[in-house]
Amino acid sequence: MSVTSPLISFEHVRKHFDGGRGAASVLAVNDVSLAIAPGEFLAIVGASGSGKTTLLRLANRLIAPDSGRIAIDGADIANVDLIALRRSIGTVFQSGGLFPHMSVADNIGITPKLLGWPAAQIAARVDELMTLMLLDPAIHRDRLPGQLSGGQRQRVSVARALAARPHIVLMDEPFGALDPLTRDALGEDYRDLHRELGLTTLMITHDMAEAMLLADRIAVMRDGRIIAQGTATELASVDDTDVDALLQTPRRQTERLRELLPRNVAS
Amino acid sequence: MNLWSDPRWGDALTHLPDYLGQHVHVSLAALALGLLVSLPLALAARRRPALRGALLGFASVVQTVPGLALLALFYPLLLALAALTARWLGFGFSAFGFLPAMLALALYSMLPVLRNTITGLQGIDPAILEAAQAVGMTPRQSLRMVELPLALPVIMAGIRTAAVWVIGTATLSTPIGQTSLGNYIFAGLQTQNWVFVLFGCAASAVLALIVDQILALIETGAQRRSRFRVVMGVIGVVLLIAAALMPSLSRARQSYVVGAKTFTEQYILAALLTQRLQAAGLPATTRGGLGSSVIFNALESGDIDAYVDYSGTLWANQMHRTDIKARDELLADLKAALGRQHITLLGKLGFENAYALVMPKARAEALGIHSIADLAAHAGKMSVAGDYEIFSRPEWASLRKAYSLTFRQQRQMQPDFMYAAVAAGEVDVIAGYTSDGLIAKYDLVVLGDPKHAIPPYDAMVLLAPKRENDSALRDALIPLLGKIDIATMREANLRASGSQSAADVAKWLWEKIGAKGPAH
Repeated sequence: MSVTSPLISFEHVRKHFDGGRGAASVLAVNDVSLAIAPGEFLAIVGASGSGKTTLLRLANRLIAPDSGRIAIDGADIANVDLIALRRSIGTVFQSGGLFPHMSVADNIGITPKLLGWPAAQIAARVDELMTLMLLDPAIHRDRLPGQLSGGQRQRVSVARALAARPHIVLMDEPFGALDPLTRDALGEDYRDLHRELGLTTLMITHDMAEAMLLADRIAVMRDGRIIAQGTATELASVDDTDVDALLQTPRRQTERLRELLPRNVAS
Repeated sequence: MNLWSDPRWGDALTHLPDYLGQHVHVSLAALALGLLVSLPLALAARRRPALRGALLGFASVVQTVPGLALLALFYPLLLALAALTARWLGFGFSAFGFLPAMLALALYSMLPVLRNTITGLQGIDPAILEAAQAVGMTPRQSLRMVELPLALPVIMAGIRTAAVWVIGTATLSTPIGQTSLGNYIFAGLQTQNWVFVLFGCAASAVLALIVDQILALIETGAQRRSRFRVVMGVIGVVLLIAAALMPSLSRARQSYVVGAKTFTEQYILAALLTQRLQAAGLPATTRGGLGSSVIFNALESGDIDAYVDYSGTLWANQMHRTDIKARDELLADLKAALGRQHITLLGKLGFENAYALVMPKARAEALGIHSIADLAAHAGKMSVAGDYEIFSRPEWASLRKAYSLTFRQQRQMQPDFMYAAVAAGEVDVIAGYTSDGLIAKYDLVVLGDPKHAIPPYDAMVLLAPKRENDSALRDALIPLLGKIDIATMREANLRASGSQSAADVAKWLWEKIGAKGPAH
């Protein structure tokens, strides 16, 4: 990692929000520096209010930092064409963020359409992605998001993020609202895609187990700061009670499950 | 008589294409203009709270102005504006009818459209807006592809409300010269033709419902992505526009327009003039229910070609004279003054419709009241009723001054109701009209005016400046001059306040005066 230059880098980034009506202002991101290498899958883990979602929104400049520098491929995103930047990055939202009045196909094809792809090429890409995300185009193409299950909606959301062949995908708790089975399957499917397509993924989650199963590297956030980062193994050696507590949960669950399900573990 | 076999239904039906067409015409134009102004304003205001507050405040204030007053206000406003453009830019425009009605109605349509558009756009889930940004939409693309489609149901609801309001309020545009379904209502109220009133109300209600349903069809079509519904709705709108243009197409040939003010006698005389023109082979139509000051300006600017006015009214209202002159002198002055505006005073019809103080004959005799001079001693204990304008007219001031009249109470009433009111003792005296047939019917007496405080009100035919040298028009109307005496006019008015239509009474009137032989 030290050899290749990072694809996404945060350097001493700060962002505060006004409290409004006399309330104190909140420093959501406090002097964060972070580098994500090409092809890396980085998960940012933290409790709600730790500033992780703000960090993600800074990455495609949905919000601008107060100070510090955010660069993609070495270029400060404060100086690039914002619209082009966002079209080159895939984004998956917590609740899907699908446009409720557009069909599944129109949702998936939106960024290619904005980029001016020919209609036939968009249609082919939509079918390709739906198949990839295990959605039957013949059945789901013309449905509205409201007619889909939660898992299907999130598959559409991932397909939409990938439609314009981005190199970078930002995901904000993409699988958080799904039932465990769907969540596991979709996470695995995405992990494969990430590898096959050579994506660089920045994923927000509050679930350490999910982060450890999917990501190459994990950054832990608390009160706007990154308090630790590294692989699961590296994190285990960090001397911090919060990091410890975050790791404790999956560890305890694993042991408990091992006791409850001896046969499965044995096989 | 069976309500449905009333011949006035048939009469009402013959006016329907014209009234309905013009009603749709002015309503749709107003709605289109209102949308054209409101929608961009709402879009501009959605991210500017100060502008938003100002706009909604302004639109709410407009809404509190009664529809009739708003329409009435636009007339003098445009008149002044037309005078300005004529002076500075070299062209004027008609401040009569369509333009003021459309502008006032457009203003009236703004509140629901503004409010619903702003509310609709504000109600969109912020997560969706953020997603629109994140997939790479420009603000304009986000508005067009996401925000407007999502706010559409709320915006359409506002448009539908506006449409229903405009169609309902358009019935009030009759007094400023815009033909509408309100012509039924105003004419019906004046001549106590309840069939007309009912017909006008029902027609505008049905029209409002139809337009509402057509818009609903487009709305649900857009929502459910049903091309069929949208196409049906658009076809409905196109049909409406076609219906609105039909009468103006058929009226393309030059036609004489005879104006009528808002009371029975005027409707009869306008019908009479129109019938005479038609009998002479001249195409002619009637524009009824015009306000007393609107009608003179309409003649002056050529929006109507002829109407009947009264010498005293013109003397006081148009010439702004408060002095009282002898009849012939006043008429000569008037003719000269009108001549300077190129308005032709064709001549007197023969009767006078003066304002007069009227009270029950029996009561007057019991109190020994023969003239207004006798009344003055009793007036302090009496109430007086008059039409909507008499108490603010200069004649009333001069009457009070001449006789030192002070009444205990003044009330305004619908003219046709005040005779019954004074006969029943609800009021003591009324400011009635000398030509009204109800004076004889209710056994009332007209009090004398020994000091000549009230000017003469000879009914006379006026022609528009553009018809100054129109001999065909003159020849068609001259046979009426000097032919209608007060008794005949009273009887005609009495007939029209019964179940006869103004047109029928006009025919009766012509037979009666035509029997005396032509004037020349």
